[in-house]
Amino acid sequence: MTSTATPVNNGVNVEALLGARTALTDAPQAADFTWRATCEWRNGTHSTTVVDDFFGLGAEQKHRTRYSFDVDHPEIFASEDNGATPVEYILVGLAGCLTAGVAAVAQMREIQLNSVAATVEGAMDVRGILGMDTDVRNGFSSIKVSYKIDADATPDEIKALVAQSQKRSAVYDIITNPTDVRVEVV
Amino acid sequence: MSRCLSDRSIDHVVLERGEVANAWRTERWDSLRLLTPNWQCRLPGSPYGGDDPDGFMTASEVVDVMAQYAKAVAAPVHTGTTVTSVRRADDGYLVVTDQGEWRCETVVLASGAFNVPRVPEFASALPPSVATRTTMTYHNPHELDDGGVLVVGASASGVQIAHEIQRSGRPVTVAVGEHVRGPRMYRGRDIHWWMHAAGVLDERYDEVDDIVRARRVPSMQIAGSPDRATFDLNALTGIGVQLVGKFAAVSGTRAQFSGSLRNKCALADLKLGRLLDTIDEWAITSGLDDSVPPPHRFEPTRVPEPPRLGLDLAGGEIRTIIWATGYRPDYSWLDVDVLDAKSMVRHDGGVAESPGMYVIGMPFLRRRKSSFIDGACDDAQDLAGHLAAFLDGRAASAR
Repeated sequence: MTSTATPVNNGVNVEALLGARTALTDAPQAADFTWRATCEWRNGTHSTTVVDDFFGLGAEQKHRTRYSFDVDHPEIFASEDNGATPVEYILVGLAGCLTAGVAAVAQMREIQLNSVAATVEGAMDVRGILGMDTDVRNGFSSIKVSYKIDADATPDEIKALVAQSQKRSAVYDIITNPTDVRVEVV
Repeated sequence: MSRCLSDRSIDHVVLERGEVANAWRTERWDSLRLLTPNWQCRLPGSPYGGDDPDGFMTASEVVDVMAQYAKAVAAPVHTGTTVTSVRRADDGYLVVTDQGEWRCETVVLASGAFNVPRVPEFASALPPSVATRTTMTYHNPHELDDGGVLVVGASASGVQIAHEIQRSGRPVTVAVGEHVRGPRMYRGRDIHWWMHAAGVLDERYDEVDDIVRARRVPSMQIAGSPDRATFDLNALTGIGVQLVGKFAAVSGTRAQFSGSLRNKCALADLKLGRLLDTIDEWAITSGLDDSVPPPHRFEPTRVPEPPRLGLDLAGGEIRTIIWATGYRPDYSWLDVDVLDAKSMVRHDGGVAESPGMYVIGMPFLRRRKSSFIDGACDDAQDLAGHLAAFLDGRAASAR
């Protein structure tokens, strides 16, 4: 459904995104990005991870400002709770990625969003990370995301936004498919 | 294409590595039938003339039809002639074959999109205890070991093969990635009848939003079975087939399946809903709405709860893996700079980026139905017209 009275504006610059697609078709090597984070241990389970620069479009790039994230465990794990747990950051990433996707797809399809809210829950049996039962995996046994979306669109069009967002989401892909991970000491 | 060129008195030859309809003779499984009903198997100047317009041809019937048509239109076919190289020469092309060379002003690449099975790289890391086949080397369930079969891919080929293997008593698991769901029948008519009538199949390549993506859309999950049964994932689940997500990787002896199954099914259900909306709207505007059964929607795809994320291939559960993961064209013989980074010919609706070169028989070449016989019929007429104009233009400028 398209609103004819006022142009759809979800704050997404679709022209720029489409322009990037065209540019990267001609210069695919510019599409190679490296995302980075640097982590420093504080004390106990507390660490601080900073996100600042990354590589893309053939050059070093910088965020507008440095972002810092405290990572810790809650007090019921006998920790000081100086920040969110690492697994909660995974949920942050998934929610942020899917929600950005919903906005971008809505803009592309000329659907005005009025509100978008998501609840993300990751179920975990902690006997895995405590090494109590090798049959229990360390990570989430499942993740559930619930969206409440108010938009100028039919229910099926809203479902299609969320489905398409998953299809194009980096974090959804990272979580649902295996990734080669190499951890080394230098 | 040959018939359309003859209609325009354009001198040509047709080079065929084997016999006419070679792939249909040698590279198709035993039970395969066309996805399109007989009435839709129109060839230029030759509408379907048989007595079963709503039936579906077997592979050997397709061979017969093609061979008879080649004879009827007196196509100058050189069988047993394998092209080893096509390159630019002077103002045209030099075509080298194992039976000699040809020089021509124009060349039509009609070798199709289905030459080499597209198998993921990790296929080479499978444990040796598992036998593998592709849709090109699979013939029937009885040639397989007893025991479980993993069919990778849930498009038309994958669902058909999964269905007959499960029926043979071998338990089947299907790895499901992106797919297009379709019922065989809707509101009392064949889905292809609706898509044809509502203009969906005639949608042109220069009218769709993203032709690159449209050309990569997998085939609809249908089969040309005489009982007009639906072959969607619910039909497979109904006979005991297990669904898992896309086959994502092999780790040691363990097959890993993507956790995206639920969304892949949701995408396909929503896409089917949009197709049926289009059909229902057309039924109203065309005045057909009252003369066919009322609109309805199909049950959402049932996804196993929780979906399985892996299995041990060395555990004995799976004895055979069948790759139904599609094909890619083989242009290893094409020595002309017209291939893109994905080794596909750069073309505009079948007019390749090399003067006088054409492509035919590719998905969504000029219209959604381009991969069907009916689509090749219209495409051949369009492209023969373009080719004739190209030759006329060249003749005019030479004067």
